[in-house]
Amino acid sequence: MQPLLSQACSETFSMVAWSTLIAVAAGLPLGVLLVLTDRGGLLQNVVANKVIGQVVNVGRSMPFIILMVALMSFTRWVTGTTIGTTAAIVPLAIGGIPFFARLVETAVREVDNGLVEAVQAMGGNTWTIVRKVLVPEALPSLIASTTTTIIALIGYSAMAGTVGGGGLGDLAVRYGYQRFETQLMWITVAILAVVISLIQFAGDFAARSLHSRGGRSGPAPKLRALKAKEPEAADVTKVA
Amino acid sequence: MHAPVPGHTHARALDSDGIPVITTSGLTKVYRSRGRDVTALDGVDLHVREGEVYGVIGQSGAGKSSLIRCVNLLERPTSGTVSVAGQDLTALAGRGPRAGKELRRARSRIGMVFQHFNLLSSRTVQDNVELPLEILGTSGRERSRKALELLDLVGLADKAKAYPAQLSGGQKQRVGIARALAGDPKVLLSDEATSALDPETTRSILQLLRDLNRQLGLTVLLITHEMDVVKSVCDSAALMEKGRIVESGTVSELLATPGSELAAALFPVGGEATGADRTVLDVTFHGEAATQPVISQLSRTYNIDISILGAAIDTVGGLQIGRMRIELPGRYEDNVVPIGFLREQGLQIDVVGQEPVLVKEGAK
Repeated sequence: MQPLLSQACSETFSMVAWSTLIAVAAGLPLGVLLVLTDRGGLLQNVVANKVIGQVVNVGRSMPFIILMVALMSFTRWVTGTTIGTTAAIVPLAIGGIPFFARLVETAVREVDNGLVEAVQAMGGNTWTIVRKVLVPEALPSLIASTTTTIIALIGYSAMAGTVGGGGLGDLAVRYGYQRFETQLMWITVAILAVVISLIQFAGDFAARSLHSRGGRSGPAPKLRALKAKEPEAADVTKVA
Repeated sequence: MHAPVPGHTHARALDSDGIPVITTSGLTKVYRSRGRDVTALDGVDLHVREGEVYGVIGQSGAGKSSLIRCVNLLERPTSGTVSVAGQDLTALAGRGPRAGKELRRARSRIGMVFQHFNLLSSRTVQDNVELPLEILGTSGRERSRKALELLDLVGLADKAKAYPAQLSGGQKQRVGIARALAGDPKVLLSDEATSALDPETTRSILQLLRDLNRQLGLTVLLITHEMDVVKSVCDSAALMEKGRIVESGTVSELLATPGSELAAALFPVGGEATGADRTVLDVTFHGEAATQPVISQLSRTYNIDISILGAAIDTVGGLQIGRMRIELPGRYEDNVVPIGFLREQGLQIDVVGQEPVLVKEGAK
């Protein structure tokens, strides 16, 4: 049982880690671009905005299991196979990109336009504004968005598991559902619950400590009821 | 009076033909929203001379914010030209909506402070001040040296490592000012810099602007809706209404202009006539005249009873000035001689409720 579990865990970890990495790397510029190209944005381009927006919307609302099947030939082209953990990373990443991009868009939109103006008045160009204002100022929200994305991708990875991706979802279905090994299934559930809580906690903590350093200019990331006590000013500076 | 030399100490008094640092001509800004045109600026000609503090005052919606934002082209004027320090910014801007390299370079030499400070919350105070230098491509060591020097100048040397969220409003604005000065600007634009501050803090920020103006020879263009701001720091002022400048000049010129709305607002005296057959005069004293006992002379010479309806002495733009609203018995026609007497004493007389034409000769 032990080797089964540890292998499943490492498969899930690798699927989620790689797909998150790709989703963040591609979703961040996409989300920023959505804000910049919007009406009144720094790179206003209504056509580009509509196109990107539409692609993101469709990608986001597509049920993951369908996306996965639909992307099979693309997956084969990229990885050479449609089965296994590596193959699962492709649809996971592609599903994660629009998901994260929308969250980035919301986070970046919250940045006070006055800051953008201040940097324009200093002679900064659009790239400077993105690098020094939009992304750093939205960072607490971006971290919260990443947490949400990781958790969503863990959910997707379980689905990917059922079609040969491996990982914890695959384990739970094969042993828990098909072979009635209830104990193993509950262990899987427990592991997932613990992992998700830990990720959420770490994400919240990081977002919050950045946020309380930044004060009221940044949007407040969603905080969970889990931790009732506000962080003290002292440990804020420590983190900062 | 001499024209101030760039980089030298500030010359307190300015003559009318100092070197213009900011000039706008025929500046017009029309906003289109839902098919309707809203004219925010309607042919504004502004001349700000080197080394002066110039205040533009007006109610909200008068277009002053559009005006200051057009000066560094954060807002593209619909027509008209803007030049700052001899450089025609409207020509640099080109056609496109984005700022080209040359415009950005010109902007880096124009400091700007904002009503809501606009400090980056993700950066420390020092890093905020370093930001313009990063944009200019200054090396790391030079940046931090300059930032600390500027923080010292605004009195916040001990807050370099703090985050903006840990500062009070006044301290944030000091950081904003330090940041605006990082690029060694000749011109500082202040967009309602004190409007979000309490009166005490407002005074200290204005004092700081005044000091910087004197020490660095910095030209300051500020917009405000508070008359007190103009009163305490400005050498010159302009009044904006509905996108136009309706009055402008040095503060002393304005105070010496009969019927000037700005002067009346800068230095209001209250009081209504007590009856129909009374003449109400606003008497403005400045300089020499302020020390003469003119009112008692008037009373003795013409044997008339004078009631004082309101009076104030104040410092406006660094000048001692007094204003008094007095009431003489009888109509204007009956008081032509005493009024003439007052004017002979070098006082500025505005007859309240009379056409300004009647007092034209008093404008001197």
